[in-house]
Amino acid sequence: MERLVVIGNGMAGVACVEQLLKHGPKFSISILGDETHPNYNRVLLSSVLAGQKDADEITLNPVAWYAGHDIDLRLGARATQLDRAARTVTCEDGRRLEYERLILATGSAPVLPPLTGLNLQGVFVFRTLDDTRALIAAAGAGVRAVVIGGGLLGLEAARGLQLRGCDVTVVHLPDTLMNLQLDAVGGRYLQRHIERLGVRVCVNRCARAVLGDGAVEGVEFADGSTLPANLVVIAAGVRPNVVLAREAGLEVRRGVVVDDQLGTSDPAIYAVGECAEHRGVVHGLVAPLLEQAKVLAAVLAGHRDERYRGSIPAAQLKVMGVEVFSAGEINEGDGLDCVRYEDAGLGVYKKLLLRDGKLAGVALVGDTADSQRYAAWLRGGADLTARRSSLLFPAPAPDGGLDVAQLPAAEVVCGCLGVTKGDLIAAIHAGGINTLAQLKDRTRAATGCGSCAGVCERLLRAVAPDFVEAGPSPICACLPFTQEQLREMIRSQQLTSVQEVLEIYGQGEGCEVCKPALSYLVDLVWCGEHEEDRSARYINDRVHANIQRDGTFSVVPRIRGGVTSPAELRRIADVAEKYRVRMVKITGSQRIDLLGVAKEDLPKIWADLGMPSGQAYTKGVRMVKTCVGTDFCRFGTQDSTRAGIELERRLENLYTPHKVKMAAVGCPRNCAEATVKDIGLIGQEGGWQVVVGGAAGKTVRKADLLVTVATTEEALSAAELFFQYYRENANYLERAYDFIERVGIEKVRKQTVYAPAPARAALLERLRKAKALAKDAWLEREDPVHAAQFVQIQAMEVPQP
Amino acid sequence: MTPTFPARGAAPHAGKVRRSFAAAANAEPETWVRVTGVEAIPLRQGRSVRLGAREIAIFNLGDRFLAVDNRCPHQGGPLADGIVAGGTVVCPLHSWKVCLESGAVRKPDVTACVPTYPTRVEDGVVLVCLGAAPAA
Repeated sequence: MERLVVIGNGMAGVACVEQLLKHGPKFSISILGDETHPNYNRVLLSSVLAGQKDADEITLNPVAWYAGHDIDLRLGARATQLDRAARTVTCEDGRRLEYERLILATGSAPVLPPLTGLNLQGVFVFRTLDDTRALIAAAGAGVRAVVIGGGLLGLEAARGLQLRGCDVTVVHLPDTLMNLQLDAVGGRYLQRHIERLGVRVCVNRCARAVLGDGAVEGVEFADGSTLPANLVVIAAGVRPNVVLAREAGLEVRRGVVVDDQLGTSDPAIYAVGECAEHRGVVHGLVAPLLEQAKVLAAVLAGHRDERYRGSIPAAQLKVMGVEVFSAGEINEGDGLDCVRYEDAGLGVYKKLLLRDGKLAGVALVGDTADSQRYAAWLRGGADLTARRSSLLFPAPAPDGGLDVAQLPAAEVVCGCLGVTKGDLIAAIHAGGINTLAQLKDRTRAATGCGSCAGVCERLLRAVAPDFVEAGPSPICACLPFTQEQLREMIRSQQLTSVQEVLEIYGQGEGCEVCKPALSYLVDLVWCGEHEEDRSARYINDRVHANIQRDGTFSVVPRIRGGVTSPAELRRIADVAEKYRVRMVKITGSQRIDLLGVAKEDLPKIWADLGMPSGQAYTKGVRMVKTCVGTDFCRFGTQDSTRAGIELERRLENLYTPHKVKMAAVGCPRNCAEATVKDIGLIGQEGGWQVVVGGAAGKTVRKADLLVTVATTEEALSAAELFFQYYRENANYLERAYDFIERVGIEKVRKQTVYAPAPARAALLERLRKAKALAKDAWLEREDPVHAAQFVQIQAMEVPQP
Repeated sequence: MTPTFPARGAAPHAGKVRRSFAAAANAEPETWVRVTGVEAIPLRQGRSVRLGAREIAIFNLGDRFLAVDNRCPHQGGPLADGIVAGGTVVCPLHSWKVCLESGAVRKPDVTACVPTYPTRVEDGVVLVCLGAAPAA
């Protein structure tokens, strides 16, 4: 077998080896890598920095892969000398390897601009996994970071640091960001997007020095101005690593010069990746490198006809919330037609450059939905003459109604029930049907095997005047995502405030529908690690009281299980008189409502009551209604009063997708109406039934049985399991009964009381964590979230009449 | 201590178009009133202030402060307690949406509006411009 040595253990070199292995065992292979990690996906380092991926998630080839293919892997081995006459490579540690074929895949290194002070502690580059780890260690809340360079890498570094809490400024020498991929207009659009994320951008600024004594303290610019900083990232471009090749006498210009078969000026030596210069171009993006690797592997395997003919550079910015795509030529010029679209309000900029009716370049900012189509046109050299008038419009959707239109009316659509297309259309018209469920209900079509449901739905779409798609709907018009998607986005992208979600996905504004929903979701996902934003909450949740039609508020203190005392009642009566409460009302929840309280009196009334909030104003835990149980009732079989009070204590102060009303009754006579509550405990001889999803509001629904258990503790635990499952999985403003109708009680049982022990423990653990952080909202009387939380502003001066 | 909220039952002018004071200010002498420090109104929230006979809701939109009458044209709801959605506020009572720049009702589709008042910030203090007293 021939001896093949690969210098460089990065994506290009290893991809080439991977391809080579597919052609069969032909070489005995050694790979030298100066980093100490096996091959990883360098493109994803920005995701590691942003906290979206762990460092070990981006490994492409674990050490076992090398061993499994008998590859001699030398990590931490930097090649320092190449002797072409002797065909040897010498490493830093003096070890020497012989080769018959050699691949240079040495990549590139960050360019360090001529600044003084680059040796200070706190100055970083962003090229390797080790660099990334060092950056993560140095980043954090309150750290002031300056990123020098507003190209692809600099912007990704900036956003990553910002997500880790740093206060970030990007300093860019040219006039506009990403000037290698975007024209000036596109660069300015991008700048607005970046600034909207909260990253400061200074363009046309030349950094002269990093200031500091030992550690970084600031950055000084050519005009003498300075910017304070504790962390500086140099992202001013990269330069191919060519020293080894040059010293060995290979032809080197900017990179190691290669021909169409990736051969260098020495027939035994090849070069791929960022260190290679092909037809005058050094490629720095991943797709061309992988194309090169493929061709070189074929050439080495003996396919002499393989040729690499160059790539059209295409770049995609991986900055969460900012979409940028660029490929091909950038700037207008002779012989180029420019097709442009801009909408400054939406932040969308699209530009196509055409030469001789073919696409020569594309730049998209703010909306990259069509990038694949443009990339395909660019690669394939498609003739666009006939499409000139619609280049910037999305591809027309295929005719969804075609298959339906082709069906004759007498054709049987549902073979099981014998329903024809004509029957279905007649039913849709006659019955005013708009949903698949209605159509199934009316015609019985698709209720057999169900295989015609797709045709039925397409028929509805084509025929029904107000067709309603089944399935989850977006939360509101300004944030077009389902709650499930939002929950996932908040989790995976570490969005810890409502405003952050809105900035990235909702044009920064939001509305009265999505803001409270996002408040709930962010709180649920991050559980105390989020940024509470009262402006996103309904007034009731800003001041912890229920607004009434005259702008006053109602106050309902917590009276657990509906059990009070003479002293407490006396205090309530005193408070009601002192604040001239307009009405004192016994509620349906076995509580007392004080109505007609002014906002500024709320903290005082809470203090005088000395009772916790009953959460009667919010989507949260309302109460547990109880009967008198075994203590007094001659029919009582379980101590429902104590069980109810305990349940209320365990869940109070928590927030839920919609209000949660509960009850505990001591016998099946059900005096506290547990069967029409969101959660009910029904005592019976020898145990409890736990029921969920009851309703006695807009609709009346008898609760479903969740489980039957023997002890009070088991009953409480079952209730807690359901409670937390509902919190985590229901949509905001979805009552427990709607939630159960949607997912089905069987699934709810399977995922709560019948779930494997670890899953149950995890649910309870998350509940416990939330509970530990939950506190009585009325304590804000002593510790308001804002000095003006409850007060009406008193004007500084009186207007002259 | 008695509640200071005025009764907000059936407003006599509910649903009617009201003249904007921003527009009327040209004819009347301008009166600028120093109201409060900017810090008294949290970001993207509103607070109400009584200025003479009027109760005015002032909103902090981050880059500017906007002021309108603190009465929803629908049933007199306290707009200062609404959720701010872009340049609008949503009344907490029945979700009428009012444009804070023009005072016009955006939702539902009715012709109604609330008076607006010019504002400016000086040395960290929000000033509101009152024209003459409202006709109501």
